[in-house]
Amino acid sequence: MDIQLQGDTVRLYHGGRPFNKDLPAILLLHGAGHDHSVWTFQARHLAQRGFTVIAPDLPAHGRSGGAQLASIEALANWTLALADALGLARIRLAGHSMGSLIALAAAAAAPRRIAALALLGSVAPMPVAPALLEAAKEDRARAHDMINQWSYTPRGQLGASPTPGSWLTGANRSLMERQAPGVLATDLAACNAWQDGLATAGGVVCPTLLICGERDQMTPPRAVKPLRDALVNAQGGARMMEIPGAGHALMAETPDAISDALRGFFTDT
Amino acid sequence: MTQPGSFGRETLALHAGQSPDPAHGSRATPIHFTTSYVFPDAEHAAALFNQERPGHVYSRISNPTTAVLEERVAALEGGVGGLATASGQAALHLAIATLTGAGGHVVASRALYGGSHNLLGYTLPRFGIQTTFVDTADIDAWRAAIRPETALLFGESVGNPGLDVLDIPAVAALAHENKLPLLVDATLVSPALQQPLALGADLVMHSATKYLGGHGVAVGGVLVDGGRFDWEASGRFPTLTEPYDGFHGMDFAEESPVAAFLLRARREGLRDFGACLSPMNAFQILQGLETLPLRMRAHVANTRAVATHLAAHPLVERVAYPELESHRDHALAARLLPDGCGGVLSFELRGGREAGRVFIGALRLFSHLANVGDAKSLVIHPASTTHFRMSAADLAAAGIGEGTIRLSVGLESAGDLLADLERGLYAVGKLLKG
Repeated sequence: MDIQLQGDTVRLYHGGRPFNKDLPAILLLHGAGHDHSVWTFQARHLAQRGFTVIAPDLPAHGRSGGAQLASIEALANWTLALADALGLARIRLAGHSMGSLIALAAAAAAPRRIAALALLGSVAPMPVAPALLEAAKEDRARAHDMINQWSYTPRGQLGASPTPGSWLTGANRSLMERQAPGVLATDLAACNAWQDGLATAGGVVCPTLLICGERDQMTPPRAVKPLRDALVNAQGGARMMEIPGAGHALMAETPDAISDALRGFFTDT
Repeated sequence: MTQPGSFGRETLALHAGQSPDPAHGSRATPIHFTTSYVFPDAEHAAALFNQERPGHVYSRISNPTTAVLEERVAALEGGVGGLATASGQAALHLAIATLTGAGGHVVASRALYGGSHNLLGYTLPRFGIQTTFVDTADIDAWRAAIRPETALLFGESVGNPGLDVLDIPAVAALAHENKLPLLVDATLVSPALQQPLALGADLVMHSATKYLGGHGVAVGGVLVDGGRFDWEASGRFPTLTEPYDGFHGMDFAEESPVAAFLLRARREGLRDFGACLSPMNAFQILQGLETLPLRMRAHVANTRAVATHLAAHPLVERVAYPELESHRDHALAARLLPDGCGGVLSFELRGGREAGRVFIGALRLFSHLANVGDAKSLVIHPASTTHFRMSAADLAAAGIGEGTIRLSVGLESAGDLLADLERGLYAVGKLLKG
């Protein structure tokens, strides 16, 4: 479904079910250089289980128009404006990687509107390797190679996709190539620049679930600890789930585990 | 060292798509000889059918052994995924049927495998899909043939049997100007020698029966999607961009911009047309695929020796092999196929049809049969076999003469192959002397 928001087209994916604002709503936010399709399995799963699901293409990503938003705060405000446009007073919010920072910032900016928060592949702050920032600006193909190297486990990089016939790193490369030049670089720069994550986490009042891939090289489990500690001590409390056999691209590498984790968490909250 | 995040062809040919079997640790790909898969519970079953969980339901649609082949070829081609089919012909049909239907149109190179020519020229018109055939090298003819109802441009990397080289970047650019995809049949070169997707093609297909397997024991096909074509922006593909009542109203391009084609091809084409690959055949093709890069290097080396030898022989009027300077597409081949043009060549014997018959009859190592891409050397007379359905005019347009001999040069010792060809040429010499 496409809607107009602030004068621009926004592509929304609902997991194969029509949007229904009377159901509990889950917003799924993709990461840098991606679009809504990273959530396909999880969106379809949640949409079959009593939720209405909204997975948007962020501005200038996928089929959404508009100027790209270059900061996590701006993207968080846009997310809340999207919820307004859909008539959603209260939402459950999940984000992956850059999307997790947007979700965290939105939860802190509008604490009474977020019923529950799931952060996947998330650390705060989220420093991006200078080599990747540079490659994203100057040599996209090299940046895509780096991201594939760091986002997938050895198993995910060479074989045995959970989705029959799908070549995971090829699909990820193609998805990133589909984004306009500059989109990935701007996304990564926004992640790198956002230094307020830990302070923001202290202001979260809803329950939070941190989901981390056991073999994540981008946001490894040991690096999640400061964010986890901040969220555990926040008003809403938090718990962390480590997914065996998953890297940073955990929705693709372990789709069932992620669907189950999100369904369980959002059902309980 | 290879760049981070990517692997070399030799590595992918051995490993891509398979991890050691988690149940038993089998290093080799297990043959999952099963039609169907037990659902852990009713909810899981429903989730599989709704495509909210990945997995296997029924082997016509997917199978764990077949999936390894699909992923491995997709990896070698640089695509987003693959579909294995019962044959190369099934792969071509699946590609076309996924993109268009009655009223649709294809523009295809005239230099095609005879079976493909037959499908496009005679069989698909019965179902309302027309094809315009064009000279492979005539880009203006490609352009002029495109109609509002055109859904696909199609050609072979190296056309069989004249060895015409498809200018993939040029034809792809034309296709994309017209918001159309280009499908390339890369059977004769394999991903060891060329990756059409990297040159601009959108879809690539193989008769896996040929070089991918290499052993001549299993018929199969593979279709790979590059994931870059924008079906939605094209506006010409309602099968991919409008809700499909046959699968929960799924809008495939919205569901997955990069894999829309593969989703529809699997969820409709494999499901309903049913031309799936047997897991046994997938396993056998995988065994061959492991050595594909090694084999292709050896095929090319032997073919170069054979082509050079034949080109210098007084009983040979001409040799069609793009690595020879005499070939029309020599310069193009040097650009698009720098590692070699494969193991198939054709040549024209002095003496026409009768000389061809005598030549083939005198050979001992080259097997006379209707296949290419085997490890063993093969020979055939296209005008009376693979291309016999084509009219004389179509034959000539495809670069086939009545005395054209096609060789698929195998992996035997080069000296033995040359000696065998000399046997055939000696017999032709005797014939011509009367």
